[in-house]
Amino acid sequence: MDFRLTDDQEALRRGMRQLLDRRFGPTALHQAADPLAHHAPSEDLARLWRQLGEAGLFSLRADESAGGVGLGLPEAVLVFEEAGRALLPGPLVATHLAGGWGLVPGAAEGRAVVTAMDAGPPSSGLTSPPAGAVPDNTLVEHLEAADAVLVVGDGEVRLLETTGSDLDETVKDSEQADNLPAAAPVRSVDPLSPLHRVTDRPSPGSRTAAENRQGGLRNGLQGRRRGVEGMRKGLEEGAAREVGEGLGERLPTVDADVLRREAGVLTAAQQLGSAHRTLELAVGYAREREQFGRPIGTFQAVQHLCAGMLVRAETARSAVYAAAATREDEEMCAAKLLADEAATSNARDCLQVFGGMGFTWEAEVHLHLKRAWLRAEQWVTSVAAEEKLATALL
Amino acid sequence: MDLTRTPEEEDFRARLRTWLARELPTLPPRPDPLDWPARRAYDMDWQHRLHRAGYAGLHWPRDAGGQGATPTQHLIFLEETEAAGAPYVGAGFVGLLHAGPTIAAEGTPEQRARWLPPILRGDQVWCQGFSEPDAGSDLASLRTRAVRDGDHYVVTGSKIWTSHAEVADWCELLVRTDPDAPRHRGLTWLALPMDAPGVTVRPLRTLAGSTEFAEVFLDEVRVPVTHRVGDENDGWRVTMVTLSFERGTAFVGEVVACRRTLRLLAQHARKTGRWDDAVLRRRLGRLNAEFTALWRLIQWNVSEAAHGLRNGGTGVPAENGSLFKLRYSHARQELYEVAAAALGPDALDLTQEWTRERLSSLSYTIAAGTSQIQHTILAERVLGLPKGR
Repeated sequence: MDFRLTDDQEALRRGMRQLLDRRFGPTALHQAADPLAHHAPSEDLARLWRQLGEAGLFSLRADESAGGVGLGLPEAVLVFEEAGRALLPGPLVATHLAGGWGLVPGAAEGRAVVTAMDAGPPSSGLTSPPAGAVPDNTLVEHLEAADAVLVVGDGEVRLLETTGSDLDETVKDSEQADNLPAAAPVRSVDPLSPLHRVTDRPSPGSRTAAENRQGGLRNGLQGRRRGVEGMRKGLEEGAAREVGEGLGERLPTVDADVLRREAGVLTAAQQLGSAHRTLELAVGYAREREQFGRPIGTFQAVQHLCAGMLVRAETARSAVYAAAATREDEEMCAAKLLADEAATSNARDCLQVFGGMGFTWEAEVHLHLKRAWLRAEQWVTSVAAEEKLATALL
Repeated sequence: MDLTRTPEEEDFRARLRTWLARELPTLPPRPDPLDWPARRAYDMDWQHRLHRAGYAGLHWPRDAGGQGATPTQHLIFLEETEAAGAPYVGAGFVGLLHAGPTIAAEGTPEQRARWLPPILRGDQVWCQGFSEPDAGSDLASLRTRAVRDGDHYVVTGSKIWTSHAEVADWCELLVRTDPDAPRHRGLTWLALPMDAPGVTVRPLRTLAGSTEFAEVFLDEVRVPVTHRVGDENDGWRVTMVTLSFERGTAFVGEVVACRRTLRLLAQHARKTGRWDDAVLRRRLGRLNAEFTALWRLIQWNVSEAAHGLRNGGTGVPAENGSLFKLRYSHARQELYEVAAAALGPDALDLTQEWTRERLSSLSYTIAAGTSQIQHTILAERVLGLPKGR
């Protein structure tokens, strides 16, 4: 047993931090979140995506034979921790999973953007959707920028391609059009994470990911357009084959539970990175900001807030790393629960340490809090995690 | 990020399990918790058995009579003995975990030869005389005086919160030898024989109703200078050296026990129907996450300690211990709050074990450094915030 990071893992983390400092540092984050800036978020995202793809973020765990890096979940967790620290926007987890499992052509290289929808078994107390359907009121992030949507259901994984402009008419004319899931934009609390609410059910005839893979997938970057009214299942066989051929060889079976567990761990890793970042921001500010003639960090009331943030972040770290190393469901639930708590509570405490400045748009902290709220709703919520962890005791 | 066991570690675990399975059924019945001499005898019997089997001083260095085991082996030892229901270190606590390691690190060859073997064999019990009525969190303000008189120190003052004082043979004592020096620089570490004339022990009753510790009064007690470990006025450093001897394993047995209690609680709630209460269920689930993470935090600290030792260090930084202790003590209090919720009115019945544990748990956020002191340590030493007042 040696729980510490290996030298290679340390180097990987350092490399990712340096890359993100260059490509998406605090200034870039600030600009991206500027409500007055004239920029096209999805264009920026596409560019950033290709850079991240080149750096191997999405192919990290794909087999080397398939052009990937061949690393494991612990390495992915370290990289996602850094992504969370930088508050990198985009459906990173879904694209990474699609790339790593070879589900969508171009995902591993950062040429395709993949988002995801958790259509799994609901936590107790909520009504279960019909088998194969998407639960009502499911939120999907970055749908407009996405080429495909991974629908992680109860025991199966489906793949939907977002509507392309050239396909709209086909969908409208299709006899199944009424059954396709539709998505309506939501005014997202997180300025860097656009959200859509899924308001309809998918076609009962939607093919599973395995079926889609056999037909291959079109490179989603072509023919994609912004302003998605609906999502489209599958795609045209002819167009698909061109890219699909090359991917036909390495097609692992995807287990929905495994995918959901990995998504939970990687989301928790992002929360962990965010929790450490807000701690760092709070400590930096407490050292510099003076009131009553001395730094506010000399006051125990402020010191103890910061120490509490450290304890949360470090406890979450051990849980997240253990979940990555063991890949066990119970460990993942613990990791997600504690990392969600660390990210949201640390952002809250950081905001408090910043005082009035913390309440402004200019301070970075609100972006962390809002993203933490969003991530907490993704994959395993606290209710689901606590119920699962309670049942595991019996 | 490797949590798998090496073949050597698995082998160590297997041998230990075999030994425990053979030894535990031959233990005498557990003593009455209020009968201190009986408790001492029981705890020392267990130490005798560990010594005979080669498990005494597992994590002590070999040149001090220990086994020189790795921190991971020590972790396995604590995990397995607790899981098997073996006795706790009990009356051997101070000797094995603090006074002994201090003597091993700072004592002369004569002192090591005199005091260490009886600790390892389970022949002698040590207690700790650090805190005073007016020196708690601010330990360095302690006032018990030791005045040099020829080849003796004459010690006068009082100590408090001294566990096992009634049955101890020796006391590791921190005294002030230079009242004019800055607070931390006028202290000296002495080994005090508890049967010396002038030593009076008065048991203190805790809110749980038991006498877990005592006040020790010292009235012109003569302690030979040869009982001094380290230099005169260097006692603060001598004491702190040992704190870094801790290898992140201080609470291993307790965390294993808490995880077992948590499972029993869930089963109890299921049986009584309180399981249907979603609030209780979710608190249990959260505690499961909490203790799962605390266990992983122990493994993290042990890995750090093992790495440190391989590179010539002593153990884990004390700050890691502060972080763990802070989170753990609150989790353990919450555990018994949830237990009370699961018990319902039975939580008012003192014959219930969980009721008594709920009372004991009130000390966790106070003993061995209050939660407030731990927060300050983390803020100043880890986060580097400027010193407050």
